[in-house]
Amino acid sequence: MKRFDDTTELLLQLGDSAMIQAQRLCELVGGAPALEEEVALMNVGLDLVGQARNWLEYAAERIDDGRTADDLVFLRDQGEYRNLLLVEQPNGDFAMTMAKQFLFDAWHKPLLEKLCNSSDERIAGIAAKSIKESSYHIRRSSEWIKRLGDGTHESHERMQRALDQIWHFTFELANPYELFNTLDTDNIAPGIKALCKEWQAIVATILAEATLTQPETAENNYLSGREGVHTENLGFVLAEMQFLQRAYPNASW
Amino acid sequence: MYAQMVETGVKSVKTSTEMSSEEQAFQTRIDADIKIEPKNWMPEAYRKTLIRQISQHAHSEIVGMLPEGNWVTRAPTLKRKLQLMAKIQDEAGHGLYLYSAMETLGADRDDEVQKMHEGKAKYSSIFNYPTLNWADMGTIGWLVDGAAIVNQVPLQRTSYGPYSRAMIRVCKEESFHQRQGYEILLHLMREGNDAQKEMVQDSINRFWWPVLMMFGPSDANSPNSAQSMAWKIKRHSNDELRQRFIDQTIPQLQILGCTAPDPDLKFNEETGHWEYGEIDWAEFFEVLKGNGPCNKERVAKRKKAIDEGAWVREAAVAYANKKQQRNAA
Ligand SMILES: [Fe+2]
Ligand SMILES: [Fe+2]
Ligand SMILES: [Fe+2]
Repeated sequence: MKRFDDTTELLLQLGDSAMIQAQRLCELVGGAPALEEEVALMNVGLDLVGQARNWLEYAAERIDDGRTADDLVFLRDQGEYRNLLLVEQPNGDFAMTMAKQFLFDAWHKPLLEKLCNSSDERIAGIAAKSIKESSYHIRRSSEWIKRLGDGTHESHERMQRALDQIWHFTFELANPYELFNTLDTDNIAPGIKALCKEWQAIVATILAEATLTQPETAENNYLSGREGVHTENLGFVLAEMQFLQRAYPNASW
Repeated sequence: MYAQMVETGVKSVKTSTEMSSEEQAFQTRIDADIKIEPKNWMPEAYRKTLIRQISQHAHSEIVGMLPEGNWVTRAPTLKRKLQLMAKIQDEAGHGLYLYSAMETLGADRDDEVQKMHEGKAKYSSIFNYPTLNWADMGTIGWLVDGAAIVNQVPLQRTSYGPYSRAMIRVCKEESFHQRQGYEILLHLMREGNDAQKEMVQDSINRFWWPVLMMFGPSDANSPNSAQSMAWKIKRHSNDELRQRFIDQTIPQLQILGCTAPDPDLKFNEETGHWEYGEIDWAEFFEVLKGNGPCNKERVAKRKKAIDEGAWVREAAVAYANKKQQRNAA
């Protein structure tokens, strides 16, 4: 994978994670457990695609090789995608869908908070615009974790099972990440070194309230979404998402 | 509107001498264009007909998300993806307010949804056709939402207050969908390559006749219309609305540079209207009966979502109860 400067890498990570998370939500249209959730799923998805577009437009400007945000989304292969492994995992049942959403939100919202103080004004601006949306996202997803964890016997079992199954992909959120050291020192993302600790604290609090058992801290599994080393799932997500751009090269839509 | 054949359960419209005094007062109110509100007295047949009509409309909004959901994961650009997601979100919202309007009549959302899943309640036949290429996302906005608007604009003045108010809100968003859909097609025709232009024509060819069927059977075969018109829950005949739609659509079709798959289509200078060929009513009635291209899949998908979501809804209720008990303690 070609590496760009640290700031651009961060932008790609933010944009790609938001994009893939939203793409998974799009798969759920017409399949939500209640009509109100159809509205909520699209609402969250719209926020995330909008955010992805903002991050990737800036990334494209910095990369400056003629590609647009659309080119980055629709014409990069999986090895160039920098999203977290967590978000590319399949939706599963509603417990799995919400487990993924919550674990992501608990990382995403504090990250955006830090970026609001970025020395890069463009980043600070996008983060400030996104923070209200992501605050709603985590309110909603933590509410669902509690409802399902502390709801019925069945919902508790399903929620615990989903958590146990998806948990090993949280090593990217729970552990220190090298790039964050320089981004912190350079004030691009002041305080980002503390992100993993904050994520752990938020997750621990909500899981406890939800009467769920938190698994052991996840260990590195030798993949790294942020370095472009993905699970087998991402290729299929992209094959679907990029179909038209691939099948009709250079067409205008 | 997406209600094509709503039973009124009434064989012939009563004359005022045949009406009870309550019925007379009710009809006088309607004739004076005063809205009927949930607490007002209303004939049982009026209430039941409205429940059928509004629930058919609501089911259509919800089933209507499926053909678009089929392409939302494959939208070709960020802009188109955002537009389509927003449209789908709007349609879910329309379903929600229509079910609420329906519940003011004493019906229950879950019961009515159940009837649809059991094949006892209908939704618009149009959503039983597959979406096979990207241009279908344009065609649905332009023609399907367009036909819905022609049906719904008069319903903004319908006699039942909550339905009329829901329609005012829904119509605004449907017009936006229509313009957006047309813009998708216009862009493909103006900026697109040959393959993209073919997609547009192919899409129009597939959707043209099913869209004309959205207005319901011809007036000669529309036995329930007279009562619905007297109650002002329907304000124009099916053929009248179909003609209005065709007259407004053909100029737009010409601007696209596309054609309709109807060799009999021609402008009548004398009447100022477009004349069109015979609609395949056998197909219409078959699709309505459940024998269309996607009926089984559409209903199965909705049923699966609601059935498999039961444990989620139960958990939400159980959690809310626990929380209430804790707060009370
Ligand atoms: Fe509608
Ligand atoms: Fe709608
Ligand atoms: Fe619409």
